[in-house]
Amino acid sequence: MRLRAAMLAVMAMATPAHTGDIAIDNFAFTAPAITVPVGTTVTWTNRDDVPHTVVSTDKAFRSPALDTDQTFSHTFATPGTFTYYCSLHPRMTGQIVVNP
Amino acid sequence: MANNDEHTTDRRGFLECMAWVGTGAVWTMAGGVLKGTPLEASPHRAAKGHGGLRFVQISDSHIGFDKPANTDVTATLREAIAKIKASPEPPSFVLHTGDLTHLSKPSEFDLLQQLMSELPLPVFYVPGEHDVLADDGKSFLQRYGKGTLGAGWHSFDKDGVHFIGLVNVVDLKAGGLGTLGRDQLEWLEKDVRHLKSSTPIVVFAHIPLWSVYPEWGWGTDDAAQALGYLKRFGSVSVLNGHIHQVMQKVEGHVSFHTAMSTAFPQPAPGMAPSPGPMKVEAERLRSLLGLSRVTFQAVNHPIAITDATLDT
Repeated sequence: MRLRAAMLAVMAMATPAHTGDIAIDNFAFTAPAITVPVGTTVTWTNRDDVPHTVVSTDKAFRSPALDTDQTFSHTFATPGTFTYYCSLHPRMTGQIVVNP
Repeated sequence: MANNDEHTTDRRGFLECMAWVGTGAVWTMAGGVLKGTPLEASPHRAAKGHGGLRFVQISDSHIGFDKPANTDVTATLREAIAKIKASPEPPSFVLHTGDLTHLSKPSEFDLLQQLMSELPLPVFYVPGEHDVLADDGKSFLQRYGKGTLGAGWHSFDKDGVHFIGLVNVVDLKAGGLGTLGRDQLEWLEKDVRHLKSSTPIVVFAHIPLWSVYPEWGWGTDDAAQALGYLKRFGSVSVLNGHIHQVMQKVEGHVSFHTAMSTAFPQPAPGMAPSPGPMKVEAERLRSLLGLSRVTFQAVNHPIAITDATLDT
């Protein structure tokens, strides 16, 4: 039982890295760099009063314009480092590291 | 606390300055130096009308925006249009320096077009980043791309003044600012090559062509190259939008000016966590929205820019 509880605790600790939720707030990606295991679906939510986009620099993914509270999700099926930015406000950048 | 006080003072000082600009000032250029005179004190040089060229700049109408900073951007654009129509000496044409729409939706473009058609004047447009959100800017180009190149850049001559509309809102690179791009720069170099150096030049583009505040993306990466092609001209005026407030600067023979939005104000550089729409008390809103009136007298006479808020 104790071992199982310990394992659950470890899994619980690891959970935040798996959810991959990123808010866009005040013209910034609130988690500018995250590491996730392959197969993770990352969801971006725009909390600003103006639209933003989520566009990977190597064209692996590209969201439409996200208005307030709209979301965009992408599932990372291959390992690697993915740099992305907002194509409207290109100083907004972020990075997803996908581990095998 | 000391920091806070300092911050407040700076902001107050800045706002006083902005209020002075916003309530109307005549900018005159003499010997390459821009001098501001409050409108009330001006000898009506701009309004007298000796047949000088007059036009109006409006910007950032953001049709489709409905957030608390302004829940009725259609009404405020209508007010700006009414202001232009009510001018005792009507302008020859209007420049719209981008962000016609908020989300590039066909319905937003249609409404904008319908509102602007109330003006019995030609209107020249350049897109803002909000106008090219979908389908590579096709919605914008279908409506306003006639006679333009690339993403919508173009030039025309009016009463001896050469006007150049530039597009610095497409193909933006991660980590960068506004971009004109190589094709447009090559076109610009050719476009001005045949002009006499005495030709007054007016450049209009959405994002400022000078470094207003790069931390908020308020600048254009390759603007210096564009301005390099314009170095030999005696009078260059650069009109921009994007930052939803009046700012001006003079550098040699080049005067830079940004116009107010007709939709919502944005904070002064660095005065807020982000450049997002600024919510102000309802009774203050119309003092922060408006348009710019520009007057050219003869070539060797000063250019004058008057910023008019909706409530003046």
